[in-house]
Amino acid sequence: MNIEHLVRMANDIGAFFAVESGAQAARDIYSHIRRFWDPRMRKRIVAHYHAGGEGLDGPVRDAIALLAEEEPQAAASG
Amino acid sequence: MYAIDYIDPGTPPSQEAEQVTVEIDGLSVTVPAGTSVMRAASQLGTQIPKLCATGSLKAFGSCRLCLVEIEGRKGYPASCTTTVAPGMKIRTQSPKLDELRRGVMELYVSDHPLDCDTCPGNGHCELQDMAEKVGITESRYDVGGKTHQGSPKDTSNPYFAFDPDLCIVCSRCVRACDEIQGTLALTIESRGFDSKVAASQAESFLDSECVSCGACVEACPTAALSEKSLIEMGRAQTATTTTCAYCGVGCSFKVETQGTKVVRMVPNRDGKANQGHACVKGRFAYGYATHPDRITKPMIREKITDPWREVSWDEAIEYTAREFKRIQAKYGKYSIGGITSSRCTNEETFLVQKLVRAAFGNNNVDTCARVCHSPTGYGLKHTLGESAGTQEFSSVMKADVIMVIGANPTEGHPVFGSQLKRRLRQGAKLIVVDPREIALVRSPHIEADYHLQLRPGTNVALLNSLAHVIVTEGLVKQDYVAERCEEDAWRKWEAFIRDPKNSPEAMESVTGVPAAMVRGAARLYATGGNAAIYYGLGVTEHSQGTTAVIAIANLAMATGNLGREGVGVNPLRGQNNVQGSCDMGSFPHEFSGYRHVSDSAVRAQFEAAWGVSLEPEPGLRIPNMFEAALDGTFKALYIQGEDMAQSDPNTLHVTAALSAMECVVVQDLFLNETSKYAHVFLPGSTFLEKDGTFTNAERRISRVRKVMPSLSGLEDWQITMRLSNALGYPMHYNHPSEIMAEIAALTPTFAGVSYEKLDRLGSIQWPCNDQAPEGTPTMHVGEFVRGKGRFYLTEYVPTQERTSSRFPLLLTTGRVLTQYNVGAQTRRTANVAWHSEDLLEIHPHDANVRGISEGDWVGVASRAGETVLRATVTERVQPGVVYTTFHFPESGANVVTTDNSDWATNCPEYKVTAVQVVKVDQPSEWQKRYREMTARQRIERSDKKVTAA
Repeated sequence: MNIEHLVRMANDIGAFFAVESGAQAARDIYSHIRRFWDPRMRKRIVAHYHAGGEGLDGPVRDAIALLAEEEPQAAASG
Repeated sequence: MYAIDYIDPGTPPSQEAEQVTVEIDGLSVTVPAGTSVMRAASQLGTQIPKLCATGSLKAFGSCRLCLVEIEGRKGYPASCTTTVAPGMKIRTQSPKLDELRRGVMELYVSDHPLDCDTCPGNGHCELQDMAEKVGITESRYDVGGKTHQGSPKDTSNPYFAFDPDLCIVCSRCVRACDEIQGTLALTIESRGFDSKVAASQAESFLDSECVSCGACVEACPTAALSEKSLIEMGRAQTATTTTCAYCGVGCSFKVETQGTKVVRMVPNRDGKANQGHACVKGRFAYGYATHPDRITKPMIREKITDPWREVSWDEAIEYTAREFKRIQAKYGKYSIGGITSSRCTNEETFLVQKLVRAAFGNNNVDTCARVCHSPTGYGLKHTLGESAGTQEFSSVMKADVIMVIGANPTEGHPVFGSQLKRRLRQGAKLIVVDPREIALVRSPHIEADYHLQLRPGTNVALLNSLAHVIVTEGLVKQDYVAERCEEDAWRKWEAFIRDPKNSPEAMESVTGVPAAMVRGAARLYATGGNAAIYYGLGVTEHSQGTTAVIAIANLAMATGNLGREGVGVNPLRGQNNVQGSCDMGSFPHEFSGYRHVSDSAVRAQFEAAWGVSLEPEPGLRIPNMFEAALDGTFKALYIQGEDMAQSDPNTLHVTAALSAMECVVVQDLFLNETSKYAHVFLPGSTFLEKDGTFTNAERRISRVRKVMPSLSGLEDWQITMRLSNALGYPMHYNHPSEIMAEIAALTPTFAGVSYEKLDRLGSIQWPCNDQAPEGTPTMHVGEFVRGKGRFYLTEYVPTQERTSSRFPLLLTTGRVLTQYNVGAQTRRTANVAWHSEDLLEIHPHDANVRGISEGDWVGVASRAGETVLRATVTERVQPGVVYTTFHFPESGANVVTTDNSDWATNCPEYKVTAVQVVKVDQPSEWQKRYREMTARQRIERSDKKVTAA
């Protein structure tokens, strides 16, 4: 999956939730991605996060961090 | 002429609650107050002779045939214009009435040809019937006298002809155009004996303002206005009730047939979605079903550069199954997927998603709703609790204020558009939010109170400023919000929207709409009585499509405009079964009934019913599939009835992704654009060739009934079933009713739905279950489906698609009345008489500075691609905005659109593309390649002849 495309998708999601407080925004972004993204997409963006996460906006980066905490589980099912 | 099985009550029903009992010919009957004597008699089975009256039109009282005697009253009143009164005693037959009626009929017959045997109306002509009924076979008047016979016929319309010789000047056609369609294209020209029907200013029907809805043809009591197919084929023998396969209105029709040949389609006057009306597509444009371009034999090819080879069904199915198994063995089980179609039935879409989940073993299923109304599903589910519109269409007749946002009902949903116009002519107020001056803004007897002509891409800014006015000017329905909505979320939203940054004044520079107009529109919406919002793809197909849907729901909740008739949030669905395909579990993250795949209890139900273990993780959406294909991890796709190479944005990206796959299977009626990249073609069936159900935009489930055998030998659900069996996952259904039984067993909102009940009730609006055994016309009555309604914050986020010096104009796209979606069906009908190519609308100012004149070829270039179209210069678009349709593949409208998409659902941003437009003298490079590729498509017929597709 094209990582630039995934980063953009994640940032678009982040732009909607950015109006919330930082922690809440991160939880909402995480929840949205967890609910709607195919595991291979999640796995790819988590890998990108581990590699520095270039391009990820503030709360989005925090959301991907939350996703990264459960990545082994996601990877197993994906 | 109305349908052959219709019994005409003569006048429309009364809506009054009070009941009145009268006596007609000695028999007692009780009817609503306001009912005509004619209709009351019909209820007793007495058909009073008539000519100018029909059940779909207001009583006119001109023909003087329907006279009756009423005890205690003088004279012989017309039964169509006389309403019942308590205790009234009516006689419909007497020697005097017979004499009067014979006198009237003699006059009609004296000016009408008597060659009934050769007339297309023979056997179904009301004049003929009435003459027989009153005992007239000839006239005392001199046939050599002055008559209207010998007048030239008007055959200009491709679908119907007007023969003035047969016209009795009853005005039913004129009244149908006025009252039902609302175009007011017809009139009675001249006076007295010279009176005659005329279209517009005595123009031909084709050149006039007539929109060819056919209401006049159906209203005509003789064969003066007749379908050409009826003239050619003669009267049908059978009428079968079915549902239209075009837009999301889902009109009910009577298909009249001779054997397996369709004579004509007549709207069903008992159809609850359309109430006896139709449009030029549904009524007339069914000829594609038997068009020579139909592919009726399965075909395969190893490479997309090979010619197609016709094969047997067995070979095609075995080849596909073998390829899918090979690819999954090589690339993994997540490397294949399927697409369901909003043009197929509920049963067919349900089977495709079942095939993907149970036989493919993954959740890589999506549907064409991805590119139209997926934001509606998300937005309404989160705010109100259900992914569907809240009302039935007839609810609009109780609306006092109607707000139309990003929709063009008179073009895209014409039958609902006509109903909406009826309500507007009764006095309802209208707010139009649209970058273009759509017809509703100003047309005969219609004028919008506000046209908020915003810049493309600024819906959310505008909706927020409307809400800001409502909140800051104290127009919120506080008691409703307190009782029905989540308090914390409301308080948060109220504070957010109150911020001056959301005021009309602050947003004026963004939207381009004067603040005073926004304030006026907001006050009207909030205080004008029942306020209903109708919206379309102009809301959803944006990077903030979901945000806009949420903002609409916020507006409706804040003003208490949900949960009763006359109000609501109403998405106008583009295709006939968009609602149904979404309901059936076509999205990769949810099962039927919008239940997430991660819900273990729901998954357990499906696993028990289907006998397999199911994936708990969401699969790929359509654009994700393309990305994965380009990434090399997605290799095969089963596409039922969708032409993504034409309909999806950024064509070059789509075709590159399709080209990267090893097995693309297209199941369709024609060799469409996507099939150019396919390895297997499975010939599908039209709606005339199968049984099933469609669900329209008002959640109405209606039957589709087979009137002719499938030309390919298999209905679409049978093809999916055979593919599943070949893959080793058994499916055994004998009839779509068995599939519906499975849907009902697994889907709470469909629990009470069955074919038996559909046959009995005609149609059902879901939810249909123990709590609502006959369905739910209005949702969220008393409380929202989710319990308390939830406000969400809707910050305006500008699209990343911006104009620049290189791309200074904004392109937005849409539809026209006579063509449908990618045009695969309507391009193969006589509808091309009205629209034979896609045009680029450009404002005179923008045209002038570029040296562009009407009809010039212009290049349209964006960051994604370039195409060439012919220009039409018009003030319908504002300066800085250009507009086109996407009905013809060679136009390449989606070569230009980008892959920007909605944040929540990835619905493409079709409505905002920055472009430059210049005058050119040759096709674009893409169009040259397109023509070359089209020319290369070949079929090796089984009889060895090689033909271009």
